[in-house]
Amino acid sequence: MPDDADNINVPYRAPQQVRDEPPPPGYFEGESMTRRKVFTIAAQGLGGLAGAAIILPAVGFAVAPIFHRGKERWEAIGSTSNFVEDTYRQVTFTEVPGIGDAGKTLAYVRKSSKELGEEPGQYVAVSNRCAHLGCPVRFVEAAGNFICPCHGGVYDFQGKRIGGPPVRPLDRFQTRVNKGQVEVGPRYSVTSQLKPVRARDPGEFTGGIWEYLYPPRPSTFPAP
Amino acid sequence: MPKLSDLLVPAPLRKTPKPGETGVPNQPAPQDLKDNPPERPSDYQRLGQQALEAPMESVAWIDQRLATSGFLTGMLFRKVPKGTNWFYTLGSAALFAFIVQAVTGVFLAMFYTPSTTQAYTSIAHINNDVFLGQLVHGMHKWGASVMVILVFLHMGRTFFFGAYKYPRELNWVIGVVILILTMTMAFTGYLLPFDQRSYWASIVGININGTGPIVGPYLSDFLRAGPELGATTLSRFYAIHMLLVPGALIALIGAHMYLVVKLGTTAPPWTKVGKPRVAEPTANLDAGVSSGNGYRPNGSGPTIAGVQLETTDGDGTAQA
Repeated sequence: MPDDADNINVPYRAPQQVRDEPPPPGYFEGESMTRRKVFTIAAQGLGGLAGAAIILPAVGFAVAPIFHRGKERWEAIGSTSNFVEDTYRQVTFTEVPGIGDAGKTLAYVRKSSKELGEEPGQYVAVSNRCAHLGCPVRFVEAAGNFICPCHGGVYDFQGKRIGGPPVRPLDRFQTRVNKGQVEVGPRYSVTSQLKPVRARDPGEFTGGIWEYLYPPRPSTFPAP
Repeated sequence: MPKLSDLLVPAPLRKTPKPGETGVPNQPAPQDLKDNPPERPSDYQRLGQQALEAPMESVAWIDQRLATSGFLTGMLFRKVPKGTNWFYTLGSAALFAFIVQAVTGVFLAMFYTPSTTQAYTSIAHINNDVFLGQLVHGMHKWGASVMVILVFLHMGRTFFFGAYKYPRELNWVIGVVILILTMTMAFTGYLLPFDQRSYWASIVGININGTGPIVGPYLSDFLRAGPELGATTLSRFYAIHMLLVPGALIALIGAHMYLVVKLGTTAPPWTKVGKPRVAEPTANLDAGVSSGNGYRPNGSGPTIAGVQLETTDGDGTAQA
């Protein structure tokens, strides 16, 4: 018989008890699942269903606005004779209805200019929302530039970025002429070449691979 | 003389000492009651005695049913390591700041209207017309900054004292989630006054969220509940600020404190580790145990070594 001292590193384990229990009621040879297991799975499944019935509608309710697009709004901003080619005129109109002054936004509007290579007979409405983080930019007449007070973004006469942190030109609004009145419609963004794309939030690049990295949102209107 | 902590515990909540335990004096043998009959107290005396005991009796009545005294004494009189200092109060201070925010927030909600047209005027009403309104609003407004600062300082204490290490990693993780939720509270609360500052700050904050690639645009749409900041944005921020996040915060703070009590706090890193106050196991083994039993060098104290020796005996019997 070996000495116990040889086994000092073998942990002690109690001898396994073999219990001779009668099989549970309903047991038969070759059963694949006990009754207890069936009911456990069924109860958990039902609990999961009940939980999903509560949580899924609540989550859907919370995220639904991502997929909802509001009604297209067009607002008259004045007669066609109000706007000229070589400078902007400031107009205020409602972008989000029903919330008072907080829903108003500001655009700088002018006639399209042949000198800049734009299609004649159109109206250009540049949003005052900075393409960096959304502060309000101001058109400085003397410089012919848009300047953002927050972080020093500078845009040229057409709204292209010429300095500071903005990532793309200023957004624009769709325009049309109806009964001698200029009307502004949904917002859209532009690439650095002024090609229209669907509206993006400030801080998001446009054009090239960025169109996939910052995908267009279902809540925005298609670009003109 | 009992310890100070024993004196602080109300008598009904004290642990009954086991007979022979230190601190329990030996009772003199009871004298013959016939020789020395105790004086019967008058009815008034008994009534007075009962009135004096009534508060403690009611506490004991509740405790008998809730069984909280063990938990409370364990929590309030738990041992803390040597060197515990004022830096260890930062967590409690952050908790206190949270309680201040919760209480003042509840009362602000009684006067606040989360609608784009009335939010600003309701805050002006609180500040200008409501009795002590400016004070309660100010406590909530400045208390928010205080809480953020305290949470950060508490995190710095935990980091620099190495208190995040095993076995407290999970508490660090919970703390990080609490930090994120605290920032969420600060962000969503900022919009609620709906003045120029909060409006533009929220626009900038939402747009920073939107710059995350792929999910960013959807995240900012989710926060605004639409493509532009509108009426639903304010009510959404309000619901997140006063229902969703506080609930999660309370649950997580509870888990955080449970782990603190369960795992204990750490000593400051500059504390010298003293020698453990246990006898060397060899001394006991050499004295009383004959050969043939296994000597286990991993035994840490004489008592444990003794238990191990007994099991070895049992083991030997089972094998034989």
